[in-house]
Amino acid sequence: MAGTASETLSVSIWRGGAAGRFVAYQVPRRESQTVLDVVTFVQRRLDASLSYRFACRVGMCGSCAMTVNGKPRWTCRTHVSKVAKDGRLEIAPLRNLPVVKDLSVDMRTFFDKWTEAGGAFAPTATRADGFATIPPTDAKRRNADGGIECIGCGVCYSACDVVAWNPKYLGPAALNRAWTLVNDARDGAGAGRLLKVAGDAGCHACHSHEACREHCPKHLNPTAAIASLKRAVAVAALKGSL
Amino acid sequence: MSAARVETWLWLAQRGSAAVLAVAVAVHLAGIIFAVQGGLTAAEIAGRVGGSTAWAAFYGVFVVAATVHAPIGIRTVLSEMTALPPFSVNAVAALFAAMLLVSGFIAVAAVYQLGAA
Amino acid sequence: MRAAAHRNHAAWWAFALHRLSGVLLALFLPVHFYVLASAIDGAARLDGFLRWTEQPPVKFAEAALILLLAAHLTGGLRLLFLEFVGWRDGQKSLVAVASGVAVALALLFLVNAA
Repeated sequence: MAGTASETLSVSIWRGGAAGRFVAYQVPRRESQTVLDVVTFVQRRLDASLSYRFACRVGMCGSCAMTVNGKPRWTCRTHVSKVAKDGRLEIAPLRNLPVVKDLSVDMRTFFDKWTEAGGAFAPTATRADGFATIPPTDAKRRNADGGIECIGCGVCYSACDVVAWNPKYLGPAALNRAWTLVNDARDGAGAGRLLKVAGDAGCHACHSHEACREHCPKHLNPTAAIASLKRAVAVAALKGSL
Repeated sequence: MSAARVETWLWLAQRGSAAVLAVAVAVHLAGIIFAVQGGLTAAEIAGRVGGSTAWAAFYGVFVVAATVHAPIGIRTVLSEMTALPPFSVNAVAALFAAMLLVSGFIAVAAVYQLGAA
Repeated sequence: MRAAAHRNHAAWWAFALHRLSGVLLALFLPVHFYVLASAIDGAARLDGFLRWTEQPPVKFAEAALILLLAAHLTGGLRLLFLEFVGWRDGQKSLVAVASGVAVALALLFLVNAA
């Protein structure tokens, strides 16, 4: 049994809603196979009733995020050879979100919390005004740039234990987004947003587990953003402007 | 004060008391490691820190910092890891704080008296 | 265990140790105050208790407490650094250094107290 990769994968996939069970499938192994390829094979050849989401399948949209062998990942960017070391795969829906069916989850809470965290840009200029001139080397702009590549895939939210323990917690993605806007010189929502992200539903609930940073497929750092929010909120409180 | 503002001040108190404790614990650890050389007696404690207003003041500050820090920490653990409602969690934390403050200051007084006798 | 695979990284273990040590220290603190407060009636009771602590198992327990205290302190310093100084890319090294210092201090106590 030493050294040779098995020709068949033993795949265990969650079927059902919140109540359900893992069902086993045998999937032929292929070169350069991704976990998304595996799920697609099951749905097309073995069981057409399997529900799952994907779109771009090239690591840009984040739609295919699922829990693979216990970790939230983009399945289109997860090579089977990297994760199925003993020829076994366990595929489940993302954690911390209600399961709609099989591998699809209800993302509404995730995006609602985005809004609750003040994650919407509040414009202060009109088309009649000129462009805002912000040098790319500006410190605040660099803070914002560090977090704007988020595509809202939900992997960080799914990896976060505080989200699991505290249903009201806004979560790493929403707070990261809030931090980018706090640093956006063109944004006008200022102090109100800081109040939205404070409290035990906000940045103060973060215990710096860094699971978000560990799992983010875009290598963003919500832990750092949230720590910075803590500082900004504290300064505002001390100044009396919170 | 809104919940968010309360949490912000609690967080500041937690971090502030942590900074004080970092210094106090460092001093305390150094003291323990060098004092407990093959056994410890009340007389040794008395000789080292008893009867001294400076040491009593140091330990007084230590007690206050611990009284702020520990209950806030316990409050977070209870609210995340138990099903206790917020009121009960706050009550437990407050009682814990009161208990620490009282017993802590009695301890400070007791050790001071050891050296003053 | 697959269910907890997302927790197997340095910062999560640092958190777990920080939380566990915090709870255990919080439970220990009232006992510590009570023992010291027993000196209010004179040194005899305190001395009796201190003699009891000279047994090896108790000394090991005390070393464990020192380890918990040092771990909680160094873990806390890591958090204070992250929250007030800001992110630096060597965070994982900070975890390692913190753990190392904590263990060193506990061993120093054990060696001295023996």
